[in-house]
Amino acid sequence: MKVISDTFGWLTTADHWWGSDGIVHRLAQHAQYSIEALVLACIIALPIGLTIGHSRRFAFLALNGAGIARALPTFGLLVLVFRIEPLALWPVLLVLVVLAAPSILANTYAGIVSVDPDVVDAARGMGMTARQTLWRVEIPLALPLILTGIRSAATQLIATATIAAYVALGGLGRFIVDGLSVRGYYVVVGGAVLVATLALISEGLFALAIIFARRALGATLSPRG
Amino acid sequence: MRWDWLADNGDKIERYLTQHVRMTLLSLLLGTVVAVPLGIVGHRLRRAYPVILVITSILYSIPSIALFVFLIPSLGLNERPVVVGLASYTLVILVRNIVEGLRAVPAPVREAASAMGYGDLRRLFQVEFPLALPAIVAGLRVAAVSTISLVSVGALVGSGGLGQLFIEASQIDNPIETWAGVVLTVLLALALDLIIVFGARLAAPWTRAGR
Repeated sequence: MKVISDTFGWLTTADHWWGSDGIVHRLAQHAQYSIEALVLACIIALPIGLTIGHSRRFAFLALNGAGIARALPTFGLLVLVFRIEPLALWPVLLVLVVLAAPSILANTYAGIVSVDPDVVDAARGMGMTARQTLWRVEIPLALPLILTGIRSAATQLIATATIAAYVALGGLGRFIVDGLSVRGYYVVVGGAVLVATLALISEGLFALAIIFARRALGATLSPRG
Repeated sequence: MRWDWLADNGDKIERYLTQHVRMTLLSLLLGTVVAVPLGIVGHRLRRAYPVILVITSILYSIPSIALFVFLIPSLGLNERPVVVGLASYTLVILVRNIVEGLRAVPAPVREAASAMGYGDLRRLFQVEFPLALPAIVAGLRVAAVSTISLVSVGALVGSGGLGQLFIEASQIDNPIETWAGVVLTVLLALALDLIIVFGARLAAPWTRAGR
């Protein structure tokens, strides 16, 4: 398989790692786009998901809104927003946030709603206020699902940040888009390998966080002895 | 905005729309056919589940353009790389929701079914799957909607579909064409989502009675 050895050769040549079109720089850009979009998406989606999950109001509206947002074709949106201010990062970030927010919102809502109503009733019966119930009972119990939502959003962002290169921005997508048009198939494969690696690192970190969250929950909730 | 462009290009838009629907449905069908057995295996064999999750996550994390390009040598320069690629993306959502749905079936329900003489397989399909249906349908909705929006990317490797409008629009700077593609994609997603929701209500009428 020539393409595998070519890709391996490309990835292991030190020259390809440094400089303004180097792997390190592209990797940093890619991580930057993904992390900034993820943080912004969390800031928007978490409070909304918590509120509609806790109050059970506007759930239909908010979740269908999330569904519509998920249906938006990222590729088409990028072509549209790129016209606003060519080569600026913020339109692309906006599109990425629109892409990431729905799964965080939907999972946060689902997590809060899936909390056993008896447990919530018990908390209220013990004299907890609505706020205390949310923070001490509902959020901890919903945490694994909430984290699952953030995890899928992160994976989606890392995969989609690739398309930013189609509208002339940086990131690892540069290797794929440039590879398709001028640089050769092994560069495409190399770029894909790097994006996949980045996504897997993110998946792994979130998987660990979810395991810790479940373990912490298990320690508080399961009967002793 | 050149509104007359829409009227002049009705045939073309309809052709791309048909291609888009076809690729979406084929991807979902293929994805479901593979996800159900994987979900059952993941549910029954606790050790296999993390392995399945890792493999489907790896597939999902491969950027779509690159995945399509990988598949072109074996599947050809047509809709097939897109269908297979997008079907493989649905797995991570579908398998996860199938397994989580099956796991959420309360143990007393399973025990009651066994005590009533249900065998493993009959219990799985007549008790556990119907009870897991809301979770599975939730997964299918996510998969359907994301597939519809991702089919657009396939146009970059020549599969056609509504993404073709985006490529043509960016080459000749024709915003109405981009808007047409975006709006049609969203409408298509809404329509398919409604079909799935109502289909699920017909299949599982007991879920209608609120939570």
